[in-house]
Amino acid sequence: MTMKPSIAFPVAAAVLAVLAAAPLFIPDYWTGVLLGMTGYVTLATAWALFSGPTRYVSLATVAFFGVGAYVVAVLNEALPYPLVLLSAAGIGMILALAVGLSTLRLAGVYFVIFTFGLAELVRQTVSWWEVNITYTMGRYVFLPFEGRHIYWQLLALAAVTLLISWAIGRSRLGLALKAIGDDEVVAAHAGIDVTRVKLLLFVISATLITLVGAIQAPRWTYIEPSIVFNPTVSFMTLIMALLGGPMRLWGPALGAIPLFLLFEWLSVSFPDHFSIILGLLFILIVFVMPQGVLAKIDDIRKGGRA
Amino acid sequence: MKFRIAEAARAARRLSTHAAAAALLVATGATSVVAQDGTPVTIGYAVSKSGPNAGGSDMTVTPNYELWVKEVNDAGGLTLPDGSRRPIEVIAYDDRSSAEEVVRAVERLATQDKVDFILPPWGTGFNLAVAPLMAKFGYPHLAGAAVTDKAPDFVKRWDTSFWFMGGSKDYVEAFTDILVQQREAGAINDKIAMISVADGFGIDLVKAARPAFEAAGFDISYDETFPPETSDFATILGEASNAGADTFVAFSYPPHTFALTKQAKVAAFNPPVFYLGVGAGFPIYPGIAGGSVEGVMSLGGIDPQNELNAAYRAKHEEIVGRAPDYWGSVLVYASLQMLGQAIERVGLDKAAVAEELSGGTFSTVLGEQTRLEDNQLRAINWVGQWQDGAFVAVSPDGGNGTAAVKLPKPDWQ
Repeated sequence: MTMKPSIAFPVAAAVLAVLAAAPLFIPDYWTGVLLGMTGYVTLATAWALFSGPTRYVSLATVAFFGVGAYVVAVLNEALPYPLVLLSAAGIGMILALAVGLSTLRLAGVYFVIFTFGLAELVRQTVSWWEVNITYTMGRYVFLPFEGRHIYWQLLALAAVTLLISWAIGRSRLGLALKAIGDDEVVAAHAGIDVTRVKLLLFVISATLITLVGAIQAPRWTYIEPSIVFNPTVSFMTLIMALLGGPMRLWGPALGAIPLFLLFEWLSVSFPDHFSIILGLLFILIVFVMPQGVLAKIDDIRKGGRA
Repeated sequence: MKFRIAEAARAARRLSTHAAAAALLVATGATSVVAQDGTPVTIGYAVSKSGPNAGGSDMTVTPNYELWVKEVNDAGGLTLPDGSRRPIEVIAYDDRSSAEEVVRAVERLATQDKVDFILPPWGTGFNLAVAPLMAKFGYPHLAGAAVTDKAPDFVKRWDTSFWFMGGSKDYVEAFTDILVQQREAGAINDKIAMISVADGFGIDLVKAARPAFEAAGFDISYDETFPPETSDFATILGEASNAGADTFVAFSYPPHTFALTKQAKVAAFNPPVFYLGVGAGFPIYPGIAGGSVEGVMSLGGIDPQNELNAAYRAKHEEIVGRAPDYWGSVLVYASLQMLGQAIERVGLDKAAVAEELSGGTFSTVLGEQTRLEDNQLRAINWVGQWQDGAFVAVSPDGGNGTAAVKLPKPDWQ
């Protein structure tokens, strides 16, 4: 994190290469674990792009994730795959623009409630459309992808997401965002076009989330609203980003990786108590380290010096 | 308050008995494995123990898995072609009603736990989610709780997949045959009032029903879809009864099925044909309907003359503690019996078992001569009706394991 870019980039590239080569050497199950983990690293990082600096807690993750999956389900037989992904990104972007324009003036708890409602609204709209217009509930995605193909796509997307996050953190835009997060009124007085900056970030973040859903869709073969608009996705993303620390570049990833592995271990070892343990973890994270693990470590270090 | 304390005490006692039972089980389990010859056969499955799919799994799938495993192990284990017996060891995961989880759980079962056989999850969507993996790893896929019209395509795509519950078209067409016969006998008019839940199941059936009813010369005078959250059906029932139809059809899920029954009773809405969706074949249904279920129709049904089935139901009640439903349970259980018999004939080789399942004839709770056609079970009871306290399979004139349909439905009591 404090590494100079001249060192950090080659290191990151080497790690990326190792991760990309991994499925050739490990069993399918571990590729599946890496796949799920990379998906959540991307989701959490993309979520934190907007929600971290602005402190607007969004529960709309699954709205965009599900839209991405649905676009693939609808178009996978009509268009070549790269175009399907482009369409998914485009539709996610348009949806985020529409939502952002109408709601980013909401603040605090109102925004949280709205985003939770949005996920439900999108799900109901898709259901209504399928029931009354197309008369199909449940769509098939028959794309010739195995776990590792999906994993490679997600890995590329994760790299792009981290790169975007890094670039924004160094730009004027990042500075503007930090100002908004500290005090929106002051930021506005300092000449920052608050709404435009928030909107831009919201759209970038939502588009990346939409792409995660689109890339993962072929893994389930069968898509219906209750499958892809599962609210757990929103909550998991949120808790992962919060654990790692949503204000830092590597924070969400460092939250997503241990939590994902922990969840995986819990589902193997305690299949009957998963939900209870998940709930307890939520409470623990919010109470013990509201700023995330990385901030907690910093705190402890500073405390030690003082 | 007193009541609460008593209840808590009871719960604590229950808990300690469970703990004692578990300890006992571990102790006896350890010795019985030693007593049986050979290492255990591992069978894995991922089912929804939590989340929205838990109810369905717990009604149709999980109890039958547990029942079958217990029966096999009590008898000394699975029989192999050389006559030796090996106990079943189960690895069960919770997919938490998430498609990604169920996919990863099957990957885990196949490549980490390296189980000998994998049993499928509950529901059409999740069976399809795991189908490519089951085929890839060569496991026979006994899709028990999955209704799909595309089974003939799926068996071509995944040649080790087997489909046990038929498709929407089958259910609708069998029901249409009954309606046509009743209309020709002058018992009902040619109007149908139809409602459906806006979810996978309802939409699939209604899509099959519209053309089937119309092709048979019926006029669908009322056709409404309702969201899954609906709990008040007063308006819908009022409109349906004004539609002048003698046939009322609801492709509904259990909560709606129960609410529709109660509210139809209150409104004294009693058309000659009253057909409901999932839930009308649950053993608890007569209790919910206040005992007055005579004549209500739905999907599924059993043959009350079939002694094998009656024995299965008694055993299920004894071991699981409650009766199985009258539709999917017996099909799931039969699929497991077929698996056990296939293993007995050809051993643990997955490809050989799949081939045996595809071509062999088996003795199951469904009958002595159960066999698959093109990897699909077709000898299914499509339409059932409550007659004298049992949900029996019916057809226009009866015969072949079905009773003759009794219409018009008598008044609610």
